[in-house]
Amino acid sequence: MEKLIAIIPALPFLGFVLNGLGVGKLSKGLAGGIGALASLAAFVVSILVLFQFKSGDGQAVVVNLWTWMSSSSWKIDFSFHVDQLTLIMLMVVTGVGFLIHVFSIGYMHEDEGFGKFFSFLNLFLFSMLVLVLGGNLLMTFIGWEGVGLCSFLLIGFWNKNEAFNEAAKKAFVMNRIGDLGFLAGIFLILFRFGTCQYTELVQALGAIETVNDPYLVWTGICFFIGAMGKSAQLPLFTWLPDAMAGPTPVSALIHAATMVTSGIYLVIRMNALYATIPDVQEFILWIGMATALIGALIGTSQNDIKKVLAYSTVSQLGFMFVALGVGAYTAALFHVITHAFFKALLFLGAGSVIHGLHEEQDIRKMGGLKKALPITYITFLVANLAIAGIPPFSGFFSKDEILAHTFASNKVAYIILAIIAGITAFYMFRLLFLVFFNEYRGKLSAEKIHEAPASMSIPLIILAVLSAVGGFIGLPEVFHFPHLLGDFLAPVLQPAKSFANTHSLSHTISHSEEWMVMGASVVISLIGIGIAYSMYISKKLVPSEEAPVGFFHKLTSNKFYVDEIYDAIIVKPINLISGIFAILIDILMINLFVEAVGILTKGLSMGLKTSQSGRVTGYAFLMFCSILAFAVFYLFKVF
Amino acid sequence: MVLNLFYFLSFLAILSGIMVVVSKNPIHSVLYLILTFFTLSGHYILLNAQFISIVNLIVYAGAIMVLFLFTIMFLNLQDDSFTGSRIMYHVAALLMVIAFAGILVVKLGGAQIDVADDASFNSQIGMVENLGMTLFNKFLVPFELVSVLFLSAMVGAVMLGRKEKGERNF
Amino acid sequence: MNQIPEIFRVVPVNHFVILASILFSIGILGVLTRRNAIIIFMSIELMLNSVNLLFVAFSTYKSDPAGQVFVFFIMAIAAAEVAVGLAIIVMIYRRIRSTDVSILNNLKG
Repeated sequence: MEKLIAIIPALPFLGFVLNGLGVGKLSKGLAGGIGALASLAAFVVSILVLFQFKSGDGQAVVVNLWTWMSSSSWKIDFSFHVDQLTLIMLMVVTGVGFLIHVFSIGYMHEDEGFGKFFSFLNLFLFSMLVLVLGGNLLMTFIGWEGVGLCSFLLIGFWNKNEAFNEAAKKAFVMNRIGDLGFLAGIFLILFRFGTCQYTELVQALGAIETVNDPYLVWTGICFFIGAMGKSAQLPLFTWLPDAMAGPTPVSALIHAATMVTSGIYLVIRMNALYATIPDVQEFILWIGMATALIGALIGTSQNDIKKVLAYSTVSQLGFMFVALGVGAYTAALFHVITHAFFKALLFLGAGSVIHGLHEEQDIRKMGGLKKALPITYITFLVANLAIAGIPPFSGFFSKDEILAHTFASNKVAYIILAIIAGITAFYMFRLLFLVFFNEYRGKLSAEKIHEAPASMSIPLIILAVLSAVGGFIGLPEVFHFPHLLGDFLAPVLQPAKSFANTHSLSHTISHSEEWMVMGASVVISLIGIGIAYSMYISKKLVPSEEAPVGFFHKLTSNKFYVDEIYDAIIVKPINLISGIFAILIDILMINLFVEAVGILTKGLSMGLKTSQSGRVTGYAFLMFCSILAFAVFYLFKVF
Repeated sequence: MVLNLFYFLSFLAILSGIMVVVSKNPIHSVLYLILTFFTLSGHYILLNAQFISIVNLIVYAGAIMVLFLFTIMFLNLQDDSFTGSRIMYHVAALLMVIAFAGILVVKLGGAQIDVADDASFNSQIGMVENLGMTLFNKFLVPFELVSVLFLSAMVGAVMLGRKEKGERNF
Repeated sequence: MNQIPEIFRVVPVNHFVILASILFSIGILGVLTRRNAIIIFMSIELMLNSVNLLFVAFSTYKSDPAGQVFVFFIMAIAAAEVAVGLAIIVMIYRRIRSTDVSILNNLKG
């Protein structure tokens, strides 16, 4: 099994190398085929590994490739670690990744950077696989950085556009701020425990008895800062909407399904740590809540189809962090899986709409596309029902589990979260109604609007099926069915559970309360859908083209001015300071020093040049002078 | 008497040496140089190096100086004119040379030099036979090599002096 | 007849060293100062002769014939050098119609 595990990341890396070297030389079909095949092969091998794992004893498998660095007190290996959490992430990443590769073959068909795109996608897949397969914190960090890099490369893919490059830069810089936190966390762990291997860390953290040890509190905060950067939590979330500058498959893969979930993956992986620091968990809870709220509020007044989905992603990530905050790790992972399905589907559907309308992204110019794009419409509807939390779609089960656990631990948080769920249903269905219902408001003639080709619509259908039935892996106890995901994941979460039990930090929820929560969430979602229906179908409201009026509308439509605040507080002062430094130190001091060498040399050589007069007698004179000097030295013994 | 002769010849040598360097007319310089050679031959005779003194006259004064004279007359050289702009250089050179001469005179001239004592003195060493014996016994190889040197000098001089196409003869 | 020459008793060899040094310095002055190539050549001859004088003086005072034999060689070499040197001067004269060495400054930096 070790060999298979090592092959998993190697396959997309091979695809990256082949596509990267063959840019411009390989035909489009071949490049796309290599890319898609690499991800499919990785998926198949992941399934094989899964079967082999299940037939084993359920213990984590560590594949040690080579020793990376070692000193007298610690040793860090280049190793992979496979357990239940890894396997789930592997299948989600490679499976959804494969579908998106297939979609991209159709979507990017006319683009000249086709080969480059697929090589970057494969590189991203490789980095993400290293991230989830990583056997210690440093390996995960390698993957972390790699996905940050690929995110930068892919956001700025159409690099002739200056604004897109700015967005890519912004994403990378914000990720980097988070990475600093991650690195600080790694250093703290290494200093305290002398190892960052997960298997050893679990044992070491299991021996911790104190709750809220200050050292561990800071470690937990540092890792969470890393997660904040990568998973777009407050305050490091503004890069995600700007990242929509990249091609839509990129948004689907990276900014919906895989990269942004790596923060959640990290916290689940370190659940042994977070269980011992409930204060930090509280912190995570409220940050996640604030993010979910802001994301939802801004999403209600956005007019670009991709921006709505971006803010929806921010909001849903906030949900997942809320789940982590209350200690419901299984629920968080469950929501990661279902979110991957329906968010990828939403983005791909948006891509299909954009493709069909020839690059139109403003929803005020869409409408009535039900007839023209039937497959897209149906799949989009399925995804919307999932995200709104309507049973029996997958989103309902995962969101309900989060709500239930929140109810068990913090009633106030539950109320706010339930309201946010309602707002989510509202703005998602606003999007659906504005795009697919009523009359077409755009300028294209009817023949030009075409449905997506097969390479694009088949992944949509597959994802729709998954969004619909994917929830059945995590049925709540009240239905008296086994929670497949929870049972599978239990060994990984054992440390957290045992700590919570010994220190009486866990909460439970009774069956009647559970039914109440379920019912309440369905009702709230229906209310949200109803409001959207009344506004956009009955009254046929269309968001106006002019600037928004009214305080709340202006606030949400201008994204709560967060970007402007950052610009004023951080970006402008830094630009000012670097401008000062550029002039003061760079031009005045460094240039002067560097040029001084040249000026000195030139002056010296100009001065010495006068001795080269070309006159032979002059040279003879100099020779004679040196002979005279020699004579003085030797004859007078002056050495 | 020998002492007086020595001083007279030395004075004449130095004087004519200075005149060689200082003369404006190149023919005058040549003539003064010949005079210097004569005084040096006188010194050689005083030193009992009879062969060398005669050979000095024949080779240097007779052949080499005649060559110089021929060249000067062919090239039709005029008087050398002194330019005033290089007066600093002249002064500096003069001072340096005086310093050099001073150092040499003081240090080398005042040094302790061992000479042969009376017993082992061989007064015949300036004679032709003695010189011949030394030359063809101890210094045979250099002698042969000098002949090769002459050959190359001759060939070189002829090659260098050849007139190229279209060039005027002086 | 092994009669020691009178000069051996009367003049110490240091006098010859002084005389040779002075003549050598005069020759150097000529090389450094004059602009006519032929005069420079003659100054070089003067220098060579001063060295000849020194060799012969030491040969006599130390009773060693090697000094005078060396004078032979110096004379031979001087002759060869003058031949070639004058040929070069003539060539240069053909080019620039003058023997002024200050005109030849193509080596100027």
